[in-house]
Formats: sequence, C-alpha cells, structure tokens
Amino acid sequence: MESLDLHKIGVRDINQYFHKELPSNGIKEIEIINSAGEHNIAVGIETPCDIDIRGHAGYYVAGMNKNANITVHGNAGPGAAENMMSGSVRIKGFASSAAGASGHGGILVVEGDTSLRCGISMKGIDIVIGGSVGNFSGFMAQAGRMVICGDAGEGLGDSLYEAVIYVKGAIKSLGADAQLEPMTESDYESVQELLDFSGFEHNPKDFKRVASAKQLYNWNADAEQEY
Amino acid sequence: MSETNYHEESAGFSSKTIDYIQRASSTGLYEIRGIGAKRALPSFDDLVFLAGSASRYPLEGYREKCTTKTVLGTRFAKKPIVLDTPITIAGMSFGALSANVKEALGTAATNMGTTTTTGDGGMTPEERNSSKTLVYQCLPSRYGFNPDDLRKADAIELVIGQGAKPGGGGMLLGQKVNERVAQMRTLPQGVDQRSACRHPDWTGPDDLAIKVAELREITDWEKPIYIKIGATRVYNDVKLAVHAGADVIVVDGMQGGTAATQTIFIEHIGIPTLAALRQAVEALEDMNMIGVVQLIASGGIRTGADVAKALAMGADAVAIGQGVMISLGCNSGSYIHDGEHISAQTEYEALGTQAGACHHCHTGLCPTGVTTQDPILEQRIEPEVGAKHVTNYLKTLTMELTTVARACGKSNVHHLEREDLVALTLESAAMAKLPLAGTDWIPGVTDAK
Repeated sequence: MESLDLHKIGVRDINQYFHKELPSNGIKEIEIINSAGEHNIAVGIETPCDIDIRGHAGYYVAGMNKNANITVHGNAGPGAAENMMSGSVRIKGFASSAAGASGHGGILVVEGDTSLRCGISMKGIDIVIGGSVGNFSGFMAQAGRMVICGDAGEGLGDSLYEAVIYVKGAIKSLGADAQLEPMTESDYESVQELLDFSGFEHNPKDFKRVASAKQLYNWNADAEQEY
Repeated sequence: MSETNYHEESAGFSSKTIDYIQRASSTGLYEIRGIGAKRALPSFDDLVFLAGSASRYPLEGYREKCTTKTVLGTRFAKKPIVLDTPITIAGMSFGALSANVKEALGTAATNMGTTTTTGDGGMTPEERNSSKTLVYQCLPSRYGFNPDDLRKADAIELVIGQGAKPGGGGMLLGQKVNERVAQMRTLPQGVDQRSACRHPDWTGPDDLAIKVAELREITDWEKPIYIKIGATRVYNDVKLAVHAGADVIVVDGMQGGTAATQTIFIEHIGIPTLAALRQAVEALEDMNMIGVVQLIASGGIRTGADVAKALAMGADAVAIGQGVMISLGCNSGSYIHDGEHISAQTEYEALGTQAGACHHCHTGLCPTGVTTQDPILEQRIEPEVGAKHVTNYLKTLTMELTTVARACGKSNVHHLEREDLVALTLESAAMAKLPLAGTDWIPGVTDAK
C-alpha cells in the first residue's frame, strides 16, 4: 500500500499523482494520511484502485470519481462524490450537504447522517444513507436509487424525475410532485441489494417508496383552455 | 368629439398589453418563448466613435496591419486560449440546436480561429470534432456533464446565470427532447427538461471558490476557467468571480438570447449589456485585475460596430449567440437545400408568425431548421452551408472591427479605448459613463457645462 501524507504533499500534488502516475505505476491500494479536512481530495480519478482517506475530508471529496473505491475514515464536507460516474465512495462518518449531487453512476454510502440536498440532481448513482438526510434531498433527481435508513427532512424528492427514494424512518414532508407509492417485489430486492452492499442490517419490508407523480413532466406550451 | 378619439390606442393598455391579458385569461399559463428581449433598450447603437482626424492619426484602412489576436485565461491556466479574433460563439445547447447546427458552428469557429461553446446537455462528438477550440459549460443542471468531456475541453465555463434569464433555470420543452437528447440528459423522452436555477453543490461565493478549485484539480490546472454571469448586480458579481479564481469572466446582458424562457424573464429581468459591461470593467479596475482576468461581453452583440464598442469599453472579447443563429438562417424567409433557396413561409404561418418576427425556438418547429430536433426540419441546415455562412458573418464582423480600430489609429483592436467613444443619449452616457457627444458631460460623474 502506498501511503501519501497530505500535510506534506499537498492536495494538488496528490491529485496529480492520481491522474498522472497511478495509471501506470501498478499500485492499487493507497492511503492518504493527515487529510485534515482539506477540500478536493482525490477528485477526478479514473484508475481502478482502493483509496483510504484517514481523517476528515472537506468539500468535494472523490468528486467526479470514475472506477476508484474511496473510503473516508471520518466526516465529509459538501458535495462528497459529486458527479460520480462509477466506482464507490464510502463515508464512515457524516456527510454535509449535496452528497452524491448529480452522480451518474457508482454507489455512495454514508454511514452517518447527511445534510441538505443529498442526491440532488442524481443521474443514475445509488446512494445509501445509514442515518437521516436533511431537507430537499433528492431534489430534481433524474435516475438512480436512494436508500435512507433513518428519517428524511422537508421537501423530500421535490420535482423528482425517474429516481426512486426508499425511506425507513419518518418523512417530514414530501416535495412538489413526489408521492408515496406501494413497494413492489422489485423494490424490496433493490433495497436488499443496496443494504447488503452497504453492510446495513434492516428489513426491506420496513421501507417506503417515494417516486414522481409525474405531474410536472410537461408544461403544456400548447395548452388550449378556451371556454 | 373628433372621430380620431374613437380609434386612439391606450398607451398603458396597448394592443400588445391587451393581447397579453387576453392570452393569460384564456390559457392560465405564462408565455414561454425563444430569442431575446424585443423591447428597445439602451445599447451599443447609442454610442459612436471619435475617429482620428487632426488630433489623432488614423491608420490606412486596407493596408496597415491591425492585430486581432486575443488571449484568454492567462491568470492561472497552464494552457490559455489563443484566438485569431476576439469574436467567440456563445454557449448554446445541443437540444436547443440540432447536431447539424452544432457541427456548423464548430467548423465556422475553427475556420475563424475562435471558440465555440457547449450548452446545457453536454458535448456532442460532432461539436468536439468540428471545433478546434471548444469551451465546455458546467451548468446548474449538470445534464451530460462528465469528467471525460471535461478533459476533452479546451476551457471550462461555469455558468451562474444567463442574460436572458438571470435567476432562472433553463428549459427544454418535451417536444425537443428526442431519444438522443433524452439519453444525453438522463431524462425520459418527451419530458420537459427543467434546469435548476442554482448549482447543486455550491451555494455562495466562498463555495464557488472551492468549486473552481475542484475543476482545476480535476483538469490539472491546465484549462482556463470562465465564470459566466447574467447581468444584474454586475459590479459585485464580477468581484466575487475574481475572488473565486476565474481566469475569464463572461458578462451576459439582458439582450442575450434563449431557446425557451418565460417572456417575463426575457423582458423584465436583468440589465442591458451596455450598463453591465461598464460595471464589470469598473469591478476589474477596482481590483487591479485589468489584463489579469479577461472579460467577455455578450448579450445582443450583432455587428462589427458592437464588437468594437465592447472592446473600447474594456471587453477583451465578445460572445455571440443570436447573431450566429440568424447567420445560419434563423428568421430567414427561406432555407437552402442542394443550393436552392426554398420558401419556409408555410411553416412560419403554421406557427402563427412570419420571418423576422419568429421566436418559436421553444416549439422545436423552427421553419429553417436551426432550433429543432425534428428529423426533417433539422436537415434544412446543411453543416457545410451553415459553416460557410457563419464563417462569412464572423469574418465580416472582424473586418468591420479592424476598420473601426484603424480609423481610431489603433494597430491592435485591443487598443481601442473608452476615450474613442461618446454617447448619443443621456441614458447611454450615464450607463456607459461616457460623455454625451459634443460635451464633456458624463451624467453622474461630471458636472454639466
């Protein structure tokens, strides 16, 4: 395992290492020590590898990740794993706002709670939250699945497109065009699959399904309401 | 009572206003349309140049050299953008425009040694392959945004706002969301694409600085990062963009176009490009950032005169959207097929409009094939023909720009300066902080004599 001391090397050189050396040096396991809540750690990685960040991370940790499996052994700031394409990101602690924002693929697991707008504009990513999520989570979520093992704040799933949200705990309120729907066998399987991957033990039967009512899908530009 | 009083239109409740009220009453919906503001606004038309004479020495118009080379992104990027002309093509999406149009724009930009810009929905191969230098937008929706295309880009434009709709998100109505557009944007086909008005992962200027840093980290500090703002509180916004680490700032005034936005945004939100540009330059001057952070002016730039005036006021470059669309055939009475001009009159009539007044980009039924995803209509723009027209247009503008610069005694278009300009109206003098023609009076700055 390669060990990189962020305090000594700095964020820019660590990211340059991931982009320019890692693709050809054959190393598959890397740990970053002394992360100290720095922003933009391990962003834009394309090479399949396992990265352990020992400590807290600031904004945008693992941003735009593709192929790498990244674990933050601490808390993460806003935008963790934003716009992730593939691979996996696990936050052992809590995550701040916009976790998994606009993610296209891969899976984000947050073992603790997340703040506002978790999964905002998600585009195919799977997100599993061990705890609760803040207000307006899943806002305009287009595709993908989000499993919330705790509670959800206000405006959950506001303006949803095709993403599906599963919640075990209480939902303070649903956002515009979001609705509760009956769980199907396929939903139970999805929840079980994501819980298994995340290592969380819950009964899928305890989860509720939130999806789009699709009433906002078309603003009718040609409306003829003459009467 | 005279007969004329029976036919006098109300100034307050004009026929246009009556139409608006009656339309609202019958539909219960606000109007969404394309193109930009249609109302008369203070603009570059309200400025004129003071060319050389006895006190200044003009350059010979056709013989003497006048440089148009433009460099953008010199502040932090390892690879600044070097252009042959300060006239660039503004961001317009594949989705709003067809793939043929995007290809035509890319080819024209390459011909002219300038940039074209992606839009909401991501980068198409046609656009990347035809554009030597391509600016990749990072928008609030992040539709189609991915690290592979980010690395293929030559510069990144982080879009905070658009002149036609500051504070509003984008729209692409379902009729234009065909299979390919839907796939690129991860949406069901035929569903309205709504874009958020704010970015999903940052909310204020301090966050923005970290977001810019992230994009730099991902692209190894190689590519210039532009920040585009819709013109409202321009002075403060430009300062915050500088603070956030922008290499280049794009200021888009309210004359800027859109493919589909609420009319109330287009006509009533934001400030004119003329006023916005002066505020932007003042902000850079106050921060001692002139020459460090480059400024692109956009929003209703149409002619070489507009370009020259924008540069004289302090812009390093301009970006044009509607002008290049019109160059392609937008609002033309005909389209070109196999070298023949074919009337589009029937299609305009079907939309209830006419060439010269059409703003129906939102319908996807563009009579000349510019703003459409319809498989038949989109063939009305042949990429080679479209590229030729746009190349000619940009070439004309560049020639006009150098003509004005030479007349003002400049061997480099970037040497045009505010002292070369005066204003024709009080409004433009006050907004641009230029003297009213024939006087030394700058309203709000100097005393009237």
